[in-house]
Amino acid sequence: MAENITKLDKGPEAPAAEAIRLEGLHKSFGELEVLSGIDLDVRRGEVVCVIGPSGSGKSTLLRCVNLLEEPTSGKVVVAGTEVTDPDVDIDRVRRRIGMVFQSFNLFPHLTALDNLTIAQRRVLGRDQAVAERTARHNLERVGLTDKESAYPSKLSGGQQQRVAIARALSMEPELMLFDEPTSALDPELVGDVLAVMRTLAREGMTMLVVTHEMSFAREVADRVVFMDEGVIVEEGAPAQVVGDPQQPRTREFLSRVLDPAAAQLSE
Amino acid sequence: MTSKLSRRQRAKLIRTVQYGVLALVVLVFAFAANWGEIQRAFFDLEVAKDQFPDIVTTALLNTVIYTALGFAFGLALGLVLALMRLSKVPPYRWLSIAYIEFFRGVPALLVFIALGFGVPLAFQVAINQYATVMLALGLVGAAYIAETIRAGIQAVPKGQLEAARSLGMSQGRAMISIVIPQAFRIVLPPLTNELILLTKDSSLVYLLGLSLTQYELAKFGRDALNENRSLTPILIAGLLYLVITLPLGHLVRRLEARTAKAR
Repeated sequence: MAENITKLDKGPEAPAAEAIRLEGLHKSFGELEVLSGIDLDVRRGEVVCVIGPSGSGKSTLLRCVNLLEEPTSGKVVVAGTEVTDPDVDIDRVRRRIGMVFQSFNLFPHLTALDNLTIAQRRVLGRDQAVAERTARHNLERVGLTDKESAYPSKLSGGQQQRVAIARALSMEPELMLFDEPTSALDPELVGDVLAVMRTLAREGMTMLVVTHEMSFAREVADRVVFMDEGVIVEEGAPAQVVGDPQQPRTREFLSRVLDPAAAQLSE
Repeated sequence: MTSKLSRRQRAKLIRTVQYGVLALVVLVFAFAANWGEIQRAFFDLEVAKDQFPDIVTTALLNTVIYTALGFAFGLALGLVLALMRLSKVPPYRWLSIAYIEFFRGVPALLVFIALGFGVPLAFQVAINQYATVMLALGLVGAAYIAETIRAGIQAVPKGQLEAARSLGMSQGRAMISIVIPQAFRIVLPPLTNELILLTKDSSLVYLLGLSLTQYELAKFGRDALNENRSLTPILIAGLLYLVITLPLGHLVRRLEARTAKAR
C-alpha cells in the first residue's frame, strides 16, 4: 500500500490504478458528524456519480478530495499522492484536480478568456500566448468560442458553468470533481452543461460527480453511489442502483426524486 | 369641531402655509440685511482679485499635493492593516485592532502636533515638511481605510477564494489576483469618501508653521483674511475646496450606481 503512495515532491509518481482512494473518511463540523466513515475508490477513466438527499454529506465528500474541507480523520489519496499527509504541498495536488462548483464561481472581474488563463499563468507559469492558446481550445470544447471577451455577468448561467468547466480543463487536470453543476441552472440551460460533461466522460476523463440528474447518472456513470446520513448506503452499476435499488432508503429517495408528484400524493 | 376639509384640501392648505413661511423668512432677510455691508465683508471684488492666481497656483495645488501624499500612504498602510486584521495569527489582529481604535479615537489635530513638534523634539530630528504631512494624514486616514478595505475583502464571496485555491493558487496568490481586486471595486465609493474627508483634514497642516510657498487653502485664506479684514478670501478658499470635493462626491454616487447595477 505504502509503495503505491509517492509524494509529488519525491520524484516521478508511481502509476496508481485509483484516481481517488478514500479510506475511513470522517468529517465533523463541531458536534455534527457529516461523514461517518467513507471508503470509496474511483479508477482512472471512471465516471462515478454520487446521489443522495441534501445534507447526506455528498458535497462534503467531494470537497474533501481536494481538501477544500479538511477531513477529521481518514485518508484521501489522489493519483498516488496522499493529500491528507500534512507534508504534501496541497497547491501542487490541486492543480491536477479540476473542480466545478454549483454556483460557478467565475472571477467576475475577468473576461471569460482571462478566467481561463490566470491560473495557467500564475500557477503553471505558462506565458500569455501558450495560456491563451490552451484557453481558446477549451472554450471551443464547451462551445463558447465567441464569448472569450465577455465578462461573466454578461453570460447566462449555463454559459457561465461551461466557462467554469473550460477553466478547470485549461489546467489539464487528471480528474474532475463536479459539485451539483446543474443545480443552480434554469431547467432549459441544464442540457448544454450535461452535454459538455457527457463528451468529457466519453473522452475518458475521470469524473466524480455529485448530482441530482438521475438520467445523467443512469446514462453516463460507470458507477452510482447512494449516500445518506454520512455513509454510503448502496453502490454499483447505474442500472442496478438507480434501476433496481436493493436498500429501502435508496428506493425511498429515488421514488421521491424520480416522481416528486407521486411521492407527494402518497404522503 | 369636525373638519369640513377633505383630505386633498387639507394637504393643499398645509403646503400653502409652508410656502408662505418660507417666503416670509426670505423677505425679512432681503429687507433687513445691509447688502452693502454684506458684500464688503463676504465678497469684496478688489480683495477677491488680489487672491488670484496664488490661491489656485499655490494654495489649491498644495492642498491637492498634501491630500494625495496622505492618501497614498494611508492606502498602503490601510491595506496592510486590513490584511493584518484578517490574519490567522492573533498578534497581527491585536496590533491592527489597537492601531485602528487608537487613530480613529484621537483627533487628527493631536497627531499633527505629535508629528510636527513631538517627534522632532523627542528624537532630535528634523523631518521634511511634506513627509510630516504625508505621515500625519496617512496615519489617521489608514485607520479608516483599513476598516473599509477589511469590509470589502469580507464582502467578496467565499466561493471566489475556493475557486482560486481549487485551481492550485496559494492563499497569497489568490488574495492578490482574485480577492483584493474585487474588494477594491466594492470599496471604491467609500474610499472616495475617505479621500474627501482627507482633503478637508489637510487644512490641519497650518499647525506645522508653513513658509509662503507651502500654504494650502485654509492657511492661505486665513492669512489673506488678516491682511484685508474681509471674509472674501475664506469664501474663495471654501469654494475651491468644493471644486475638489463636489466632483469627488459626484464620482462616489456614479460608482455606487455602477456597483448596484453590477449586482
